[in-house]
Amino acid sequence: MHIGVFVCHCGSNISGTVDCPQTAKAAGEFPDVVYSTDEMYTCSEPGQESIIRAIKEHNLDGVVVASCSPRMHEATFRRTVERAGLNPYMFEMANIREHVSWVGRDKALNTRKAIDLIGMAVAKLRNGTPLFSERFNVTRKLMVIGGGVAGIQAALDAADSGIEVVLVERETTIGGKMAKLDKTFPTIDCSSCVLGPKMVEVAQHPKITLYAASEVDNVSGYVGNFTVQVRKRAVYVDWDACTGCGLCTEKCPSRKTPDPFNELIATTTAINIPFPQAIPKKATINPDYCLQLTKGKCGVCAKVCPVGCIDFEQQDKIEEVQVGAIVVATGYDLFDYSVYKQYGAGKLPDVITSLQYERLLNASGPTGGHVLRPSDGAEPKHVVFIQCVGSRDKSKGRAYCSSFCCMYTAKQAILTKSHLPDSQSYVFYMDIRSPGKGYDEFTRRTQELYGAQYIRGRVSSIHQHGSSLVVRGADTLAGMQVEIKADLVVLAVGIEPSRNSQKLAATLHISADTDGFFMEGHPKLKPVETNTAGVFLAGCCQGPRDIPTSVSMGSAAAAKAMVLFSNEQLESDPQVATVNATRCVGCYKCVKTCPFGAILESEDRWKNPKAEVLPTICKGCGICSVTCPHGAIQLNHFTDNQLLAEVNAICPLPTI
Amino acid sequence: MPPSNDLKDGGELRIIGFLCNWCSYSGADAAGVARLEQPTDLRIIRTPCTGRIDPLFILRALINGADGVLVSGCHPGDCHYVEGNFHARRRLETLKRILPISGIDPERFKYTWVSASESGRWQETVREFTAKIHALGPAPRMTDVVSRSKDLSLEGLLLQDENGGA
Repeated sequence: MHIGVFVCHCGSNISGTVDCPQTAKAAGEFPDVVYSTDEMYTCSEPGQESIIRAIKEHNLDGVVVASCSPRMHEATFRRTVERAGLNPYMFEMANIREHVSWVGRDKALNTRKAIDLIGMAVAKLRNGTPLFSERFNVTRKLMVIGGGVAGIQAALDAADSGIEVVLVERETTIGGKMAKLDKTFPTIDCSSCVLGPKMVEVAQHPKITLYAASEVDNVSGYVGNFTVQVRKRAVYVDWDACTGCGLCTEKCPSRKTPDPFNELIATTTAINIPFPQAIPKKATINPDYCLQLTKGKCGVCAKVCPVGCIDFEQQDKIEEVQVGAIVVATGYDLFDYSVYKQYGAGKLPDVITSLQYERLLNASGPTGGHVLRPSDGAEPKHVVFIQCVGSRDKSKGRAYCSSFCCMYTAKQAILTKSHLPDSQSYVFYMDIRSPGKGYDEFTRRTQELYGAQYIRGRVSSIHQHGSSLVVRGADTLAGMQVEIKADLVVLAVGIEPSRNSQKLAATLHISADTDGFFMEGHPKLKPVETNTAGVFLAGCCQGPRDIPTSVSMGSAAAAKAMVLFSNEQLESDPQVATVNATRCVGCYKCVKTCPFGAILESEDRWKNPKAEVLPTICKGCGICSVTCPHGAIQLNHFTDNQLLAEVNAICPLPTI
Repeated sequence: MPPSNDLKDGGELRIIGFLCNWCSYSGADAAGVARLEQPTDLRIIRTPCTGRIDPLFILRALINGADGVLVSGCHPGDCHYVEGNFHARRRLETLKRILPISGIDPERFKYTWVSASESGRWQETVREFTAKIHALGPAPRMTDVVSRSKDLSLEGLLLQDENGGA
């Protein structure tokens, strides 16, 4: 073999703590290495050109680049060597940045480690073989999981470009959290006026199929060809027939049903339509509160329904959908603030969450937009807002900032003043974080124009005193204790990934970070991709973000799916298992261990039992390779010989 | 020849890491991005999944003279390939029991779970394991064993073995 080694300085990122010229010189001593050099920026245009030049000049048939993590630039360099006519799998990377120069301080030791890592890469490459991709067809259909504003945007963008879209929403209406909001910052424009038309567009778009009250049960397949099982929950109403007239909701006698759309501050009927602009505008029965379903007597809705669409016998239905890509936009839920004993642990009726307050402000909310406190329906005069409840608090396991609470608190303070001109708002804050366009001006306006009093400090206790609440806290700027008699306390509760999102992550084989938010492919360069090809992220499921960013992410995720769908066919990853038929004895242990059913019990032409790998289904985990007693099934690019060669490169068998 | 043969001279020991590409390898990358300083002894081999790691690779490394072997993958239940780390856990538990029988100190081998976001945990893992291996000192070399067997006048036995094939 003729191997070329390219050691990257990465500016000073690597050369700062690794002697790159010496490393390149030492690398030249490895077997089969005929050319080695060091480059300032190997990934740059001139850097890549020098690789191509060296391949041609030195007749190289294998290349090792020692630079950053292969998770960063492996694909880049594979394309480079391919441009020079080499097989892209005759390329190896030695990670001397993330694993060497950035974590070690001693230059001599780092240099030695870098040389070792190159030695391992060379050894692996010497045992490598060229690999060739297969081409397969793509199902040009996108699934969007979650119908909040991010999911709606992704669905509309993809559908407008002519792609079939399946939108799956867990609740009975799309719209997500944004549909519950009254106004949005920093323009104070009506949330439903912005979102409403988009929701209608989803309902009317010929390319969008909407599955509301549905959840994703299972996902199998691979990029371009996913098979998704969608569970349509029983809603006890035939939605194809329901016209959304609402007659049933008027007559339903079970009026004490908790209303999740109103954040449980109001009740609704057992058969209900969450809000007037709901999409789809269909009635749904809550089986826990329906008298017919719990006690077997009532059936009023069935009697009054003009189209006879009530079906008390309805069951969950599972439908199988074939899609080529998936956008996950499952959003967020509020943190359970009852762990804060000092804020009343959820037991004080006039201590409410920001989303509950949003419903009180909303003209379509339970109070018709009049701010009336829950306990006695009186208009509050003094409203206290407490920020960072379940955000930036390590003691509650929530170290991260929920990012948009500062802004909506400012907005709610403004709205309080416009709803109740005689009121006074107080905001307890840690820091005001308002780094968006027009955001800082907005928080200043809240204080200067609307007279909200901002107090920098935390609240230590809230307790009931007669009909009002006494809020005790610290003003750290004035260096004194403060006590405010409040009529209503609004907690800016931090966000967490939506419930059951961990289960979905497992189903989709995507990972989550320590806080449970889904992990992006790369923190900077792949913000909407995941490590599973064909699965993209949008909105708060990836981390806290406001509406404009969620919308941008929705569009970005749709664009990524469109890129995927712009190909007639995709290339399969050839790093899959292959069977050496002469070694295979047909024990089928591999068939049993394969998690994906990618190995078949097959026969050769003499009817001898042999295992057979389906390369498009194989995901390249290599569990089978270890299971095989004869080493007959090998994972391409990670063969026993290649991995052992790496081991031997660091620890050669001592000669006796 | 690669200078790795005299690693011991630099005060370093030979520690091999087998890391899952999806979690621990990314976690180690993240530790690098966060500049979390670690001892330099560890050499990492990237595998697609801990389920790809044959216990024999680890045994080979230890027989060849590695002073320590560290395996790290996704937390159980979190595998990118659904169940690879469960296979790994079972295999590596078995290996742990076999190591003493093979005359290898089981303390020189460790497996753990570090996710892609746990860069701090990775730094801790590397620091602790490296410190532990340094406390154990260099592994007994094959050559030492042979010289010792010579002392025990087992030389003949060895020779016989060698001639066995001839």
